[in-house]
Amino acid sequence: MGKYLQVLRIGIQNTLVYRVNFLFRAAVGLVPLTGTLYLWEAVYAGKGGTQVGGYALSQMISYYLLVTLVDAFTAVAEDDWQVAADIKDGNISQFLVRPIHYLAYRFWLYLSGRAVYTAVALVPVGLFLFCMREHLVAPSSGLAAAAFVASVGMAAMLQFLIACTMALLAFWVLDVSTFIFIQFALEYIASGHLFPIDILPGWLAGALMLTPYPYLLHFPVAVYLGRVDGGELGRGMAMQAAWVAIAFVLLRTVWARGVRRYSAVGG
Amino acid sequence: MAALDAEGGTASGKASWRRYPALYAALWRYSVTREMQFKANFLLWIVVEAMWFALQLGFMSVIYGHVEEVAGWTRWQVILLVGCSHFIQQVFTALFLTNLSDISEHIRTGRLDFMLLLPVNTRFLVSIRKVDLGAFVNAASALGVIGWALRNLGHVPGPWEVAAFFLLCGCGVAVHYSLMFMLASMAFWTVRIQGAVWGYYNLFNIARIPEGAFPAGWFRRVFTWVLPMILVSNVPSMALLGTLRSPWTGWMLAGLALGCLAVSEWVWRTALRRYASASA
Repeated sequence: MGKYLQVLRIGIQNTLVYRVNFLFRAAVGLVPLTGTLYLWEAVYAGKGGTQVGGYALSQMISYYLLVTLVDAFTAVAEDDWQVAADIKDGNISQFLVRPIHYLAYRFWLYLSGRAVYTAVALVPVGLFLFCMREHLVAPSSGLAAAAFVASVGMAAMLQFLIACTMALLAFWVLDVSTFIFIQFALEYIASGHLFPIDILPGWLAGALMLTPYPYLLHFPVAVYLGRVDGGELGRGMAMQAAWVAIAFVLLRTVWARGVRRYSAVGG
Repeated sequence: MAALDAEGGTASGKASWRRYPALYAALWRYSVTREMQFKANFLLWIVVEAMWFALQLGFMSVIYGHVEEVAGWTRWQVILLVGCSHFIQQVFTALFLTNLSDISEHIRTGRLDFMLLLPVNTRFLVSIRKVDLGAFVNAASALGVIGWALRNLGHVPGPWEVAAFFLLCGCGVAVHYSLMFMLASMAFWTVRIQGAVWGYYNLFNIARIPEGAFPAGWFRRVFTWVLPMILVSNVPSMALLGTLRSPWTGWMLAGLALGCLAVSEWVWRTALRRYASASA
């Protein structure tokens, strides 16, 4: 454990170098967010102030604000690219002979990156949330707030596991960037980044809920807003935990196969 | 680059404007050859861009599944707007995007010194070195979506409307180019600027939102007059739809495009002066 805390410490020091970059990213990200919020306000104005897909305007705005927040907590920044580069450049060799697991090392680096990003992004995002405070609804209950925190934690793990698994494709293909972008596009729509997926027709939303993607963003936010509660909340959390477990097993399997192939090439 | 070396070595210091078309043609040939070496990659990138386009169209379709009109725009008008935005973005990508995002690499590796010595305009060279052919395929698919939307609207634009549309799209590309060029020029101040492309995609996200959705206020003013992203695809779309309130809006976009180009040239010159003094 101690050695991984060292990784965390070094990771934080290294990512602090990028703090201006992070600030820039977080601030620029508010532009499309503002655009999307204006678009939704126009949608509701045209409708005469009723609900869209069961969302009142303030809930819809809160949805996007919370997505921004959860995204700051959990998104992978450069991690997948770095993993792919480490494999391509042969940097992982040294980890194979050291008493430290490369994937665990990456996980702690990811955590340090998120810690720094969140701390920096909190300045512009916090200011934005403060300006929008009249639209931001409170968690629907104490239970929802607690479940939200737990769910964001699992979303972060799932996010890391999926991104890492994609990056491990570098064991087999020369250029993983197109695969990462295709995955990202799928994730962007199916995780609820673009719009809450429960405003889709019921069958489509139901089908999407069977994939891991909604558990990255949509589910934690829906929990916060109280759109899932009671038995549904328990089932959702179980489903999210199951996806984390599946993604973990998948990552370990792909890693084991990849390393076998990697050493075969190196030998 | 080998061809350029040879030319740079023999030409006199002063470049005549007549050489530029030939130079550009040579760079095109080079790009085609290069792209065809990686066919699978070429096709995959087309798929990636097509997915993002479908995603945006899907988002608007979801919204119009719940309402009839947004800020005075009907479903097919907005589909046309998204198509227009994609068209402009893809033409820009085809001609400039990779080149501009490479600028920071040229600075970091010192390749820029070498380019500055070549007897051509350096801005011309860094802006158009590579052509992304896949983006032309995507631009064509965007035109297809625009045509499809027009059919569903039952609107047949007149020749003037079509001409105005393409001219205004050209102005839109000029705005994209100038703003991205300025973002990329930030690399002269801080070398680590991978954020430039990311920033570009974020800023231009708002171009496909109907302009009527933006209430009067500082946000609308900034993104109309300083960074005219709200106008970039809205004005050409309205010209094609025949819903432009007055031709002055078109002239305004043209004027703003020229303004952006002028400011970006000033930024570039300032940056180059700074670069020279830094490396000396």
